[in-house]
Amino acid sequence: MFKNLKELFKYRVLIQNLVSRELKARYRGTVLGFLWSFFNPLLLMIVYTIVFGFILKPRDPSIGDSPWSYALFLFCGILPWVWFSSSSIESANVLMIHGNLIKKILFPAEILPVVTVTSNFIHFSFGLPILLLFLVIFGKGLTVYALLLPVVVLVQFVFSLGFSFLLAALTVHFRDIKDILGNLLTFWFFSTPIVYSFQSDPIQKAPAIKTLLSLNPMTHVIEAYHYCLFYGRLFHWKRLGLTLLVSLALFVIGYAIFDRLRDSFPEEV
Amino acid sequence: MPAIELVDVSRVYQKYSAKHRFQTFKSAMVRGDLFRSLRPEELVTAVDGVSLTVEKGETFGVIGENGSGKSTLLKLVAGITKPTSGRLKVTGKISALIELGAGFHPEITGRENVFINGIMLGLTKKEITRKFDEIIAFAELEDFIDAPVKTYSSGMYMRLGFSIAINVNPEILLVDEVLAVGDAAFVPRCLDRIDDFRRRKKTILFVSHDLTTVSKICDRVAWMKTGKIQMLGEPKRVVDAYLQDVGAKQEEEFQERRKASAPALEAAPGPAQETIPASEEETRAKRWGKREIEIRKVTLRNVRGEEKHVFHPEEGMVVEMDVAAREATKDFVFGIGIFNSLGVHCYGTNTNLEEFEPVAISGEGKVSFRIERLNLVNGTYYLDVAAHKRDGYPYDYHRNLYTFYVSSLLRDEGIARLTHRWEFSPTIRFKTPET
Repeated sequence: MFKNLKELFKYRVLIQNLVSRELKARYRGTVLGFLWSFFNPLLLMIVYTIVFGFILKPRDPSIGDSPWSYALFLFCGILPWVWFSSSSIESANVLMIHGNLIKKILFPAEILPVVTVTSNFIHFSFGLPILLLFLVIFGKGLTVYALLLPVVVLVQFVFSLGFSFLLAALTVHFRDIKDILGNLLTFWFFSTPIVYSFQSDPIQKAPAIKTLLSLNPMTHVIEAYHYCLFYGRLFHWKRLGLTLLVSLALFVIGYAIFDRLRDSFPEEV
Repeated sequence: MPAIELVDVSRVYQKYSAKHRFQTFKSAMVRGDLFRSLRPEELVTAVDGVSLTVEKGETFGVIGENGSGKSTLLKLVAGITKPTSGRLKVTGKISALIELGAGFHPEITGRENVFINGIMLGLTKKEITRKFDEIIAFAELEDFIDAPVKTYSSGMYMRLGFSIAINVNPEILLVDEVLAVGDAAFVPRCLDRIDDFRRRKKTILFVSHDLTTVSKICDRVAWMKTGKIQMLGEPKRVVDAYLQDVGAKQEEEFQERRKASAPALEAAPGPAQETIPASEEETRAKRWGKREIEIRKVTLRNVRGEEKHVFHPEEGMVVEMDVAAREATKDFVFGIGIFNSLGVHCYGTNTNLEEFEPVAISGEGKVSFRIERLNLVNGTYYLDVAAHKRDGYPYDYHRNLYTFYVSSLLRDEGIARLTHRWEFSPTIRFKTPET
């Protein structure tokens, strides 16, 4: 298995080319092209801001009263979440979509989930400057802790990758996962402090809910984004460290299962 | 050192039914035994204990019917699928022409696809840049290389795929029936390239249904049947044996089809009765006449006397008629006619035309029409046999009631093969074909 992992590094040129192909192909034929990477999260944020900022009007002192600061809070969470959820959804399909490669040529299947997660990461990083710009213009500005962002990104990368390996491999055998996943991600989205704050009173005062949310690795990842960017403070490094360990474990398990099922891909996709 | 070595290699495929799939999902969810529940219930053995050694520099052909395991064998060698059991060793860089352009992305341009596909096949960016012009020139796509691949015709697609794969410059080239889709101009150029490989002493594993090409370019040929190697050796011999086998199988099918339509022929003793064999044959095949002289049975044999329906030209054909005259007569003619599948009358003759003077016929007898060499081109043929009076009044006329098939390695065209020979003055030279 570790030998195979080393191979993964050997394929970096191929991964790099496939990612750029993915990005090129994605927007080919659209008028706005790469700008969609900016517009998509922006539009999503506007919708959420209207619904949660102006219609529902949550009173959460940890976020601030103004709808604008709530919009920024949302943006900090939605951007990485979109990266995670699109990676997961695409990974569940990726082996089937590229079935031709697996069936017809000698192709290392494991790079497909990697390509998926990476190209979604690129989208994420296109949205990031906009987020930072908004934080500077409409928010409290950035602090030195924003420099810790790469650490958070790394944790999410490992976690996404592990989850993607798992999904990609299992969906080949159980196509039902695709449908389950859509619903699971909606549930997961609301179980992660994105539209609400983990620091808000209702959660902090209900230990059961707080514990449950803490079991969700994405909680700590999104929390860390909030700390780095929105609050401008140091994240709970112990929690994030633990999340990194969990992510690494998921990565190893996900890859092991992928590796184990690898030989069955050519005939099942 | 051998380039490809297989020792007792088997590949078993799993055949999941929809129901079984559901059960595996359920049991995997309930009991959590994911790996165990993936154990198949039905197995298909695509490659069954194949041992094979392909030497370096050898061009090795694999022939066989559809589903005989040829492509699976190729995929095993390419490493795309793993053997279920057995040992497999491949020495050298492989390029597989299994599915051309398998990795093309339709939205991006041909140029970008050449790079990505090349990298997938193991080239570096530098190598591709160096070979780029050659790749495009060979595929004849200079004008279209910057258009998205989705706008390509299937021929362009295939040409580009072939061109990239062949430029990978492998030590071992695997070719699987990819030439079947190329046009008349491209296929010879592909074969040229393959020849070029041969000259440079590279190893080629060539899977094809094109027996002529196989026997022409291969050093050795293996014939696969239901996952096993049926025969291995000198191309001509193996191809012949394979053709024999295919012939025997077609023979059986003819036999069966005949059984289905035969009752009409045998269960019709009454006079003046027009019998019409079953189904599709209806419009074409007919029998008429009052049967004063009856043709009771027609048997097709080769000149050695074996009953057949599929003929190689060199084994000849004998049309044997069992006839019976109800009353003695002095006016009778026997004739035959051969039609091809388009209804073209390829040949026809009768005893009268050849000026046989009828003297007497009575009771039962046999009439044989011997063709020492069956000079017809490949295809299905229908046979007329008839007994009639000299003025044309039919005793018993069988129109297209019998079918036979001609199968040979030659690929000439037209209706009949004229006996011929080529001659050239010394200034014109050919390499003589190895037939």
